[in-house]
Amino acid sequence: MTRFNAFNLLRHALTGHKKWTEQWPDSQPKAEYDVIIVGAGGHGLGAAYYLAKQHGITNIAVIDKGWLGGGNTGRNTTIIRSNYLYDESARLFDHSVDLWQGLSQELNYNVMYSNRGCLMLAHTVHDVQSFKRHVHSNRLNGVDNRWLTPEECKEYCPPINISKTSRYPVMGGALQERAGTARHDAVAWGYARGAAARGVDIIQNCAVTAIRRGPNGSVIGVDTDKGFIKAKKVAVSASGHNSVVMATAGVRLPLESMPLQALVSEPIKPVFPCVVMSNAVHAYCSQSDKGELVIGSGTDQYVSYSQRGGLPLIEHTIAAISEVFPIFNRMRMLRKWGGITDNTPDRSPIIGKTPVPNLYVNCGWGTGGFKATPGSAHVFAWTIAKDEPHPINAPFTLERFRTGRLIDEAAAAAVAH
Amino acid sequence: MLLIHCPYCNETLPEVEFAYAGEAHIARPVNPSEVSDADWEAFLFLRDNVKGPHYERWRHLHGCGRFFNAVRDTVSDKFLTTYEAGAPRPDLASLTERLK
Repeated sequence: MTRFNAFNLLRHALTGHKKWTEQWPDSQPKAEYDVIIVGAGGHGLGAAYYLAKQHGITNIAVIDKGWLGGGNTGRNTTIIRSNYLYDESARLFDHSVDLWQGLSQELNYNVMYSNRGCLMLAHTVHDVQSFKRHVHSNRLNGVDNRWLTPEECKEYCPPINISKTSRYPVMGGALQERAGTARHDAVAWGYARGAAARGVDIIQNCAVTAIRRGPNGSVIGVDTDKGFIKAKKVAVSASGHNSVVMATAGVRLPLESMPLQALVSEPIKPVFPCVVMSNAVHAYCSQSDKGELVIGSGTDQYVSYSQRGGLPLIEHTIAAISEVFPIFNRMRMLRKWGGITDNTPDRSPIIGKTPVPNLYVNCGWGTGGFKATPGSAHVFAWTIAKDEPHPINAPFTLERFRTGRLIDEAAAAAVAH
Repeated sequence: MLLIHCPYCNETLPEVEFAYAGEAHIARPVNPSEVSDADWEAFLFLRDNVKGPHYERWRHLHGCGRFFNAVRDTVSDKFLTTYEAGAPRPDLASLTERLK
């Protein structure tokens, strides 16, 4: 792996940048691995990276049905924040935000992390009470978050309409300044490059068709398009398809897969300095470095694997954006797309062991997995290496749906998030 | 937009009239106090989350207001059939035959 630095940039400039080597090889499967990770998104590639770097396990394959980073890693709206209500979530997501701060240096790859701030608008008295509770809870947990008046919101993000006569007037907002955005593809590429440099095989365009279990019930490998591959441990990080993959090992999960849509506008000059979310009218928005507004809202209501979603939801999203930012209501949208999110009943993820020995799962990130990529990958790698959860992901078990010890961010946020 | 046939109104109407209500044919336990934690977990939370023909409930919220069941292919989002709540599961083989 050639390091990216000023010297190498200069050196390659002399040869017209034609001699850069590939960032990761297109690997073919070996007969056996210590760990197979199903799903080459940010979470899976990141787990491989941390397994190799921090736990000395390098005989790893990351296998994906498509190309790496082509699922939800490349389909999300790139929002990063950690202002979650419950202690468990605050620890998990803030761990991730901590890792985001130095991720470009860590990976020697510019993930374009920009802590431009995330402002969550309150439009009703209930919103105000609920968000202030979030602010207090966050501050007790050492998580950055503070309350802004409508005028302060307007000052922080000028396109917001704070007119008192609008249908859903802005009554204030919770601002997390450490929150922001990153370049989603670069996260997958950076982890892939770092993992491959440490000996991890990244096997693309090879679907895992089944997880195979031995006579004593524990995992022995996976069946793929390219034949059976033996593995001591199998870790599933397959996003919308987690239920489908885990069903082949006989594990039922508390997940429902639903399309989440996003859309981008035509590019315009820099006008929107941060991320703004509004749960009440339900949309969120930021401006990419290319100048496009990146817009999203909630999932479609039904289970679907179509990666498409319905237009009524787009109409709702645009209505919300036009309500909060009237300045944008004549803008044209360039494209929209959908990704399949795996949603748990409490809208908190599941990261940990499963009833099947040597089978691990990192799932249920629903509509908010991108922000957690480094933190999730880090604790998932720990869990796989040590066969026990890291203290941060210990509460996020599969068993909580049996014991009733839910981490109910669904109720806390009142929307999927 | 999905077009959904309400078996009560006998009309095919846009999806915005309807509310999705999760997987169908999950019966509430008859004797709640005798049900184990594992069975409660299965009843409350575990779902098949099928990729393919999916038995599911819908409610004609802005119409007759009644719940009914449907079979929909979750890959194409195409409805194979809708039927009244309480009716037995339709035979999948004959439905998927119709799709071809």
